[in-house]
Amino acid sequence: MSWEPVIGLEIHVQLKTESKIFSGAATKFGAEPNTQACAVDLALPGVLPVFNETANRMAIKFGLAIGAEIAERSVFARKNYFYPDLPKGYQISQYELPIVEKGLINVAMPDGTTKPIRITRAHLEEDAGKSVHDVFPGQTGVDLNRAGTPLLEVVTEPDFRSAEEASVFLKTLRGLIRYLEISDGNMQEGSMRCDVNVSVRRRGAEKYGTRAEVKNVNSFRFVEKAIEYEIERQILIIEDGGEIAQETRLFDPSRNETRSMRSKEEATDYRYFPCPDLLPVETTKELIEEVKATIPELPWEKQARFEADYGLNTYNASLLAQSKSSAKYFEDVIEISKAPAKLVANWMGDELAAALNKENLSIAECPISAERFAGLIARIADNTISGKIAKTVFEAMWNEANSTADDIIEKQGLKQITDPAQIKAVVEDIITQNPKQVQQYKGGNERLFGFFVGQTMKATQGKANPQQVNAVLKELLG
Amino acid sequence: MEHKTLAELSKALQNKEISSVELTQFYLDRINKFDEKLNSFITVCDEHALNMAKAADARIQSGNFTALTGIPVAQKDIFCTQGIKTSCGSKMLDNFIAPYESTVTHKFNEAGAVMIGKTNMDEFAMGSSNENSYYGAVQNPWKNNTVPGGSSGGSASAVAARLAAAATGTDTGGSIRQPAALCGITGLKPTYGRVSRYGMIAFASSLDQGGPMTQTAEDAAMVLNVMAGHDVKDSTCINKDVPDYTSNLNDSIKGLRIGVPEEYIAGDIEADVAKCIEETIKTLRSMGAEIKTVKMPHTKVGLSAYYIIAPAEASSNLARYDGVRYGYRCNDPKNLEDMYTRTRSEGFGDEVKRRIMTGTYALSAGYYDAYYLKAQQIRKLISEDYKQAFKDVDVILTPTSPSTTFEIGAVKDPISMYLTDVFTIPANLAGLPGISFPCGMANNLPVGVQLVGNYFEEAKLLNVAHQYQQETNWHTMLPEGYSA
Repeated sequence: MSWEPVIGLEIHVQLKTESKIFSGAATKFGAEPNTQACAVDLALPGVLPVFNETANRMAIKFGLAIGAEIAERSVFARKNYFYPDLPKGYQISQYELPIVEKGLINVAMPDGTTKPIRITRAHLEEDAGKSVHDVFPGQTGVDLNRAGTPLLEVVTEPDFRSAEEASVFLKTLRGLIRYLEISDGNMQEGSMRCDVNVSVRRRGAEKYGTRAEVKNVNSFRFVEKAIEYEIERQILIIEDGGEIAQETRLFDPSRNETRSMRSKEEATDYRYFPCPDLLPVETTKELIEEVKATIPELPWEKQARFEADYGLNTYNASLLAQSKSSAKYFEDVIEISKAPAKLVANWMGDELAAALNKENLSIAECPISAERFAGLIARIADNTISGKIAKTVFEAMWNEANSTADDIIEKQGLKQITDPAQIKAVVEDIITQNPKQVQQYKGGNERLFGFFVGQTMKATQGKANPQQVNAVLKELLG
Repeated sequence: MEHKTLAELSKALQNKEISSVELTQFYLDRINKFDEKLNSFITVCDEHALNMAKAADARIQSGNFTALTGIPVAQKDIFCTQGIKTSCGSKMLDNFIAPYESTVTHKFNEAGAVMIGKTNMDEFAMGSSNENSYYGAVQNPWKNNTVPGGSSGGSASAVAARLAAAATGTDTGGSIRQPAALCGITGLKPTYGRVSRYGMIAFASSLDQGGPMTQTAEDAAMVLNVMAGHDVKDSTCINKDVPDYTSNLNDSIKGLRIGVPEEYIAGDIEADVAKCIEETIKTLRSMGAEIKTVKMPHTKVGLSAYYIIAPAEASSNLARYDGVRYGYRCNDPKNLEDMYTRTRSEGFGDEVKRRIMTGTYALSAGYYDAYYLKAQQIRKLISEDYKQAFKDVDVILTPTSPSTTFEIGAVKDPISMYLTDVFTIPANLAGLPGISFPCGMANNLPVGVQLVGNYFEEAKLLNVAHQYQQETNWHTMLPEGYSA
């Protein structure tokens, strides 16, 4: 029996405003506990929220980027529940009338296909504080620095059919919010947090299965793990004749499993009602136009341009376009090196990406500037060095600040041998020194061709131009 | 001195016939003498007030003064005052000292007024008799062992007994106007959004509005001049120019169209109160006003709608009193739930708990549409009633309260207590300004009349009340035993 998973995501995106959504307190990450919480954030008696219009602009920017409808009138409601890190006893959140509805994000998948994901809505709300359980023995501490930080909650339709789709979508979303400069999109710091809704159904079935919601899955990898675990868990239960309970579950990263947190019956009645302290937010056409003018070339627009202009495949183009800095790096290198775009794309995708990953750096933190990298690519393109030697040069450049490819090639004598006479002399020597192999080769063992190439390269410390070596060998061996 | 109005005292201060320190000491002495009985203050600011008075005298000397510089004013204990306890009449906030100043009290400070103390009130402004205070009931100076009305009962009693030159109140369903009526003073609830709510502890956010409680309409105009105005800290506070409310007090009311709702005439009103209201209508007519009957068909369900909306908002507004960050916390909580339960059970009084429960119920899944949403629809209909009525009339006249004051403990059933606000609530639901001023005596107890005006027409209400007070003496009467 074949099962189909159905997955939807709810992503909380922390907006990068200077101050909080309803107060003037700062929003910086990592400050001493309760140093970034003012009277409003502490919910002292008599204080009132005042809406930070910048948060609205950011939400509009996001909505426009995904082709969504922007509400002329959005309304903040109160979501009432008791928790120590929720100072007012309610969260102010857009409920019935969110600012953004009905958008679409097309996700470029590694297999070259495109997966459209519908965005149900994106609404503004305030973040809660944090409960700290490990500082005071037997007691819980409350840090309200985060309370009131603006969040954009992005809700997708249940359009995902695999963990991979969800994870690639999240990376696409992160790329978008960073392009728009509305969020850091940093899952470790919690500036992007994800809840996952998972259900399974028999392939071909129309009705969705009962879903479980998995809370606070805080990395791309965990999202995949949590979804995979849920799919397996739910299939096992159903195949055993059981039923899936509609419940909220918590992902445990140390065991890569999800655990039941509360059932539907235990769910809180949030008693939503419009917040009487805030007026409805009126968004004018003028404001929308104003925000529209600030939207940069979007990742998928860049990706399409990379495909068209540089002949890259969709996935590679999407990887390069995923962050503004990698796209810029890519285009800068092409411009400076005048090298073919595919060569640049391959080198960024392989050597550079591997080196960055190894040291956990982003392209913005890359120790080799686009200019220096272009210097290396140019030497590959003009055949000064072979691809193999280029790896040695790259390594040297990585470790030596401000070094240029030319300096390293010069200093280490890595320049490719392209003088036909010089290559021919080396090849002749190799042939002379290996009569037995020559005989075998001529006797039909064509695999020995590689042996001669290897010997030649060894004799030239890898500097001989491989194409020329091939040609000369073919000529001399007959 | 106790016979002088705020306006007169203001002149006396500016003419240096008296100093603010002397005036402040005069009221402090009266508080000392009378308030043990009245219990109208929760906090008396002796030293603080005298320091403010000294500063005010210096301002007057230097010529840098306002009409309220040096005037001793009592603040309802719902306005947060930096460094001075703000209890909101609750055990929950008995230990609460705000680290910030409410916009209203800040404006008084800027004007150079002297804060003489913080007045008693029904807990979290929930009540119509001031019997729901953690600090005990307040007495009405007009009769032993009677209530001053509520929730601004302390302010009303203090002004009636001349323990302050003026006071502030807040009005969610009548909490300025009803006690003003029961204590024989003038009280104005401004248009919703006219006075900032920042730092004013919330009961029902969409209804709460601060306003003046004074001896006369002229005094109220002077105090409203200080209180009114836009505040960026309150999103519901309206950005609209504030007129000088004293400037048209002397306009004639000839030709003024006064509407009297036929529904109110038919209501349950004490006969003596009804008689006073009839007399008042006669007087106003004799002054040139035109009396018209208006229809307000939906006001009869206003009370029900109010007792859904106000508790619903309150149930949410009061959720912050959880013992986590400030205020009362129960002893030795066993766990989080125990802390919440006992903190709130021990920290809140019965009426507050009753309204939290009512409000929570009204907002619950499955009941929201039937209660909260319906109440909001009624609210719209009531606004519509007023809109229609104001096409034909300038102001609408009713009694402020169906009865005069009653004995402490006499009204035991909450519903009967709620009914005392039947005339005042519709103006809150519509967000309209309303004024109550003394218009007669019934069995030696004051009776108040209410005028409701169109949005931002506070000046008109004050004008009518002031003109009436030029023709009558009800506002000058002092309860027996409170002369010097």
